[in-house]
Amino acid sequence: MTGTRSLTGFDRRKFLGRVAAATALLPAVGDAALAQQASGHAGHDQGGNRVVGEVDHATNGFDPHKILWDFDVGTVSTQSDGRQLREWTITAIDHEFEVAPGIKFAGWSYNGRVPGPTLRCTEGERLRIRFINSSSHPHSMHFHSIHPARMDGVSGPSLVAPGGEFTYELDAKPFGCHLYHCHAIPLKRHIHKGLYGVFIVDPDPTRHPEASLQAESRLMGSPENAKWQEMVMVMNAFDTNFDDENEFYCVNSIPFAYFDKPIRIEKERPVRIYLVNITEFDPINSVHVHANFFDFYDHGTTLTPTHRTIDTVMMCQAQRGIIEMSFADHEPGIYMFHAHQSEFAELGWMSHFEVV
Amino acid sequence: MGSTRFWLGLPVVVLALIVALLLLWRPLDRLTQEAPPVEEAAIERVNLTPGMISLDVRTDGSKPVVIAQAQVDTAYRVFTATPLASGARLGLTRIDIPYPWIEGEAHHIALLTATGAIIDHTIEVATATPILSGASLGLLAAVGLLLGAVPVATGLLAWPAMRSLSRPTMNFLLALTVGLLAFLLIDTIGEGLEEAAETIGRLRGTVLFWVMLAVTTLVLLAMGRAKGVAPEGLRLATFIALGIGLHNLGEGLAVGAALATGSAALATFLVIGFTIHNVTEGIGIAVPIADERPKFMQFAGLAALAGFPAIVGTVLGTQAVSPLWIAVCFGVGAGAILQVIIEVGALILRRSGPGQWLSTPVAAGVTAGLGIMYATALLV
Repeated sequence: MTGTRSLTGFDRRKFLGRVAAATALLPAVGDAALAQQASGHAGHDQGGNRVVGEVDHATNGFDPHKILWDFDVGTVSTQSDGRQLREWTITAIDHEFEVAPGIKFAGWSYNGRVPGPTLRCTEGERLRIRFINSSSHPHSMHFHSIHPARMDGVSGPSLVAPGGEFTYELDAKPFGCHLYHCHAIPLKRHIHKGLYGVFIVDPDPTRHPEASLQAESRLMGSPENAKWQEMVMVMNAFDTNFDDENEFYCVNSIPFAYFDKPIRIEKERPVRIYLVNITEFDPINSVHVHANFFDFYDHGTTLTPTHRTIDTVMMCQAQRGIIEMSFADHEPGIYMFHAHQSEFAELGWMSHFEVV
Repeated sequence: MGSTRFWLGLPVVVLALIVALLLLWRPLDRLTQEAPPVEEAAIERVNLTPGMISLDVRTDGSKPVVIAQAQVDTAYRVFTATPLASGARLGLTRIDIPYPWIEGEAHHIALLTATGAIIDHTIEVATATPILSGASLGLLAAVGLLLGAVPVATGLLAWPAMRSLSRPTMNFLLALTVGLLAFLLIDTIGEGLEEAAETIGRLRGTVLFWVMLAVTTLVLLAMGRAKGVAPEGLRLATFIALGIGLHNLGEGLAVGAALATGSAALATFLVIGFTIHNVTEGIGIAVPIADERPKFMQFAGLAALAGFPAIVGTVLGTQAVSPLWIAVCFGVGAGAILQVIIEVGALILRRSGPGQWLSTPVAAGVTAGLGIMYATALLV
């Protein structure tokens, strides 16, 4: 691509320009200079910081507003030893999708969506994940969990060639908010093209008598849990020109997805966000919530907060956690949340809650 | 006669058939159907008005290039593209981005195409594109005058001193002129190639630059010798003035462009340096007419011919001329300078006689000319 002029080196033109500009500015302030003073804020549409157009979610095969609330609990059965078995089938495909209005990204996906399905299970269960690689490159599923080396998804049979498949078997431990991602080499490319997803292990309240109410509220399907508004947010980014720098920063893959169309929050019900950072190329990402403070459970592996009463949290890649907060005392309205790296925010990681 | 026409027409018909076959049968599509679209783009013009950045984007590719999103200073911005998709070949799209740009600061623009590729451009120092009114035109004309006509006229003032000079001294001065012009030629070629490099590949800016140079040299040589003799005296001075004038047109365009997009650092010594530098151009024009008695109006005409194009160039340049046209102007300017170098060289040859053209005064003159131009260029 052309268009960038070198900033270094001697350039007679610039010197000439200086001469000319100097001369032009000497006698009087010209029309140009007067015009510049009038250059104020354009005042377009929240300052005009947004993308133009609409992403076709139907063609993409996934919608960030659905991904937000979508937990895949798989198929549950009971093993002969009486232990609960949970099973999923995950297929990796080559998947070109519209990452921002009018811009196609040649990605890879699990089950046709980026991030992949949010796998949700309960502490202590046996998990069986049948992984089919229908993509043109070798892929795997590497779980952030406690498991044997042969289930690690980095080499051997657990790294699956195109057309092949492998069944990962592991125990659901430890409880928390985790993730899985492809661990094929080159790792950067395999992650940032879209092969990642959230892996949530709910705590089993019977194992945590000291905090059984908190564990109960985290356990999907329990009456305590039904009071909560639970959502999944994967902080990701896309390098559309493959120069190892991101062009778009997002939550659940589509920049500004929750900006024009805010996330609806019922003010009386508490909010729990399963938050994962899988941003490639940048060392950290962050979340800042406007006009509110939250409790944070780093990795979700504790039942008491690791940070209390904060409004910003910073994460490295693969770091994750659970945000718990309430808008019960707030007046209804639009509340912003975004990465507090302004650059990320202005490149797409800018969102709204609509508290009703 | 009939058979001549037939044999001339035959290759044309065969060529038409080959092209038609390639377009209808499309045998080459199998090679390219899997290939991703090729995209090339260059931002040719930047216009800054209050609260608005406007860009002319020249695009080229195997498919129409669509500008899907626009960033200013790594933030996505609302924008309009006209037309929405530019033509596949040498399309031109105008992008208007409402943006509260800041006077005197740099702004970085990145346009994303539908394939996710980036066309980037840096506005090094944001300055409003001058709106041409009576007052600003006058101001720009004054800048052009100061760059071109004033120093040339100042140099011409040295003319009376040349009248009583000896032959070796005159040869030295003519050689000095060759040196001055050689420096300008190198400088013009450098500037022209730099502009040509910014054009999109298919426009072949660099080739066009050299072609313009060669054609201009040949046309001017032919014009100069139309009467069968090489130009001398006032005619040669006129050609030198024309060559310098065309160079100054290109220089004016560059200055105007720099004014519109460049630095506004206020430094009077730079103005002084530039004037000293260009005074030498006037001396070069005066040398061939040392033995003549030109009228005042003829002097004025020479100064105008060499200097006024800078005014035109400066005014046009502020309106963000595409680099292709600036490269063409520099090509014409370089061609005109080359013609003059050839003619002055020929004059030295005729005056010195065979075997004398590389005499000490001539060699010293060329060296001094190059040296003076380099030294005064340091002031600019």
